[in-house]
Amino acid sequence: MRTTSLILSRKNLALFLPLAGLSLILLVFTLVRFTKGLGAVTNLSDAFPWGLWVGFDVVCGVALAAGGFILTGIVYLFNSERYKPVLRPAILTAFLGYLLVCLGLMYDLGKPWNIWHPLVMWNPHSVMFEVAWCVMLYTTVLALEFGSIVAEAMNWKKLVMAFHAVAVPLVLAGVLLSTLHQSSLGSLFLIVPQKLHPLWYSSLLPLNFWLSAVAVGFATVILESYTTSKLMKRGLELELLIDLGRFLWLALVVYLTVRLQDMALRGALSHVLDGGLESTAFLIEMSLFASALILLTIRRTHASKLGLFFAALFALLGVVMNRLNVSIIGLVSDSGVKYFPSWGEIVITATLTAMGFTIFFILVRFLPIFPPDEGHPNHVPTAAKH
Amino acid sequence: MKTYGLLVDFTACIGCKACMETCKEVNRLPGGLSDELNAENYSVVKQQGDLYYRQMCMHCLTPSCVSVCPVGALEKTSAGPVNYDGSKCMGCRYCMVACPFNVPRYEWDKAAPVVRKCIMCIDRLAEGKEPACAWVCPMGATRFGERDRLLEIAHARIKKYPDRYVDHVYGEHEVGGTSVLMLSSVPFADLGFRSGLPHEALPELTWTVLRKIPNIVFTTGIILGGVWWVINRRMELDRENHKSDSE
Repeated sequence: MRTTSLILSRKNLALFLPLAGLSLILLVFTLVRFTKGLGAVTNLSDAFPWGLWVGFDVVCGVALAAGGFILTGIVYLFNSERYKPVLRPAILTAFLGYLLVCLGLMYDLGKPWNIWHPLVMWNPHSVMFEVAWCVMLYTTVLALEFGSIVAEAMNWKKLVMAFHAVAVPLVLAGVLLSTLHQSSLGSLFLIVPQKLHPLWYSSLLPLNFWLSAVAVGFATVILESYTTSKLMKRGLELELLIDLGRFLWLALVVYLTVRLQDMALRGALSHVLDGGLESTAFLIEMSLFASALILLTIRRTHASKLGLFFAALFALLGVVMNRLNVSIIGLVSDSGVKYFPSWGEIVITATLTAMGFTIFFILVRFLPIFPPDEGHPNHVPTAAKH
Repeated sequence: MKTYGLLVDFTACIGCKACMETCKEVNRLPGGLSDELNAENYSVVKQQGDLYYRQMCMHCLTPSCVSVCPVGALEKTSAGPVNYDGSKCMGCRYCMVACPFNVPRYEWDKAAPVVRKCIMCIDRLAEGKEPACAWVCPMGATRFGERDRLLEIAHARIKKYPDRYVDHVYGEHEVGGTSVLMLSSVPFADLGFRSGLPHEALPELTWTVLRKIPNIVFTTGIILGGVWWVINRRMELDRENHKSDSE
């Protein structure tokens, strides 16, 4: 274990103070939100009932957690020990991502104290019912997967063995739940064919969301490895990242092929150059994907740290843009109002996200998230193998 | 059980707003009369030129709001009304997003908000009375009755006075049909009603996906479990071979 002095260093203090300030602002907005209602802090209205908290905190938050099911699937189900060094950061990100989603829901739901209702009041015809169950079950799976890391750090041998015994079924459940959850976020919008702009409305929304989640899963793992290696001055598993970059390239190609083919068949390509808000947003989304693809295709950048970093970043931003387009921007024109998130919405989202990042960087210092680094950047621990 | 509805004939409406006032009384809604639907007005009378028209919940035969509600707070009753139970609601507002007619309203300024919309005076119906707006209307512009019968009346009126009406009973086919039917002298699109709605009920769009879930879970589970078993078995055999080789 590293010494606790690390967290009290000057650098950490510089990080801590703005966070404390942010927390204070968060507290004020939270108080107003829960005493004066959603209207007091948000720009939501009867014409635009879903905004940033649904579009970013929930829909994007879940996407950014996709690394968890991708990596657990690769390591446990496909038995690829090679990817073990990047497995745990992916689990941690996914877990924190889902906690962010749950917390975001607490702000967004009108009566969050009723959040348990879907447990006993069933409506299997509702996509939101599926979403609610996926959130609950997959957060539980992630808590258990994260718990196994904690158990190992604390050297609770019996718990570690118990986790080891159920690892494969647990991971299998996680992959299935993620598949359902990622796709169901797309299915949410199947019921508004007349409201969502044709650039995004498609009967393939659930498939599109799942495919883009696979891509973003690879992208987040690359980004985590790169940023933590910079911030913590640890070695980088470059060979691994290059391979993850190849998977990312493949996932993006499949995703974009499906989407563009679908658009062509639906006759939606004619809207691409319409010029308005929607076509601009669509072109931004596509440029991000194209930039990622180019960086991953060119020989010089696809095998370089920085090239991979930016490729992953563009891919991630592309998916974020896509999900915001589906859940917010694509619905603006039909609503007849010009929604833009209020300061309250932005501050609460930003603060929750910042807290997620902070907790991530604190936890990686105290828990065995990244493999022990002894000057071997490609060092793969073999102790965990039985 | 017979299914009931309302027929609103815009051409007969004189804009007295008695329906709005009675609606407020019966449903105990605070505040004054509004020009737009809101949490305190389940129904509004609007004006365009010299035509008055109403906007309210259409009480779809296969409602999107009922299908999307994760907790079943919204319910289509066999008599016709789409009812709402605020005590079940957790406030996800998916019903507002999904409604093709943009009807449900929310209490944005409350700490414990609920959705607000016309429930076709379901309590009055249970007592054998008609909805308050139909009961109070001095011109019979809003009329309560069996939906089939109301449709007959609507088409009879269009046939008898083709100059007075556009040949369209709004709600007859829209999203699979609604319990509230409307007649107008100008195209409904000109009054802000959504036009070009499909004749199929929208919940089918999500149900075609949702009904596949058990199959997806089962098939993917078997395939992934199988892949794990095959890879794991081969690795075990590899290790055994390795062991016997080195011995």
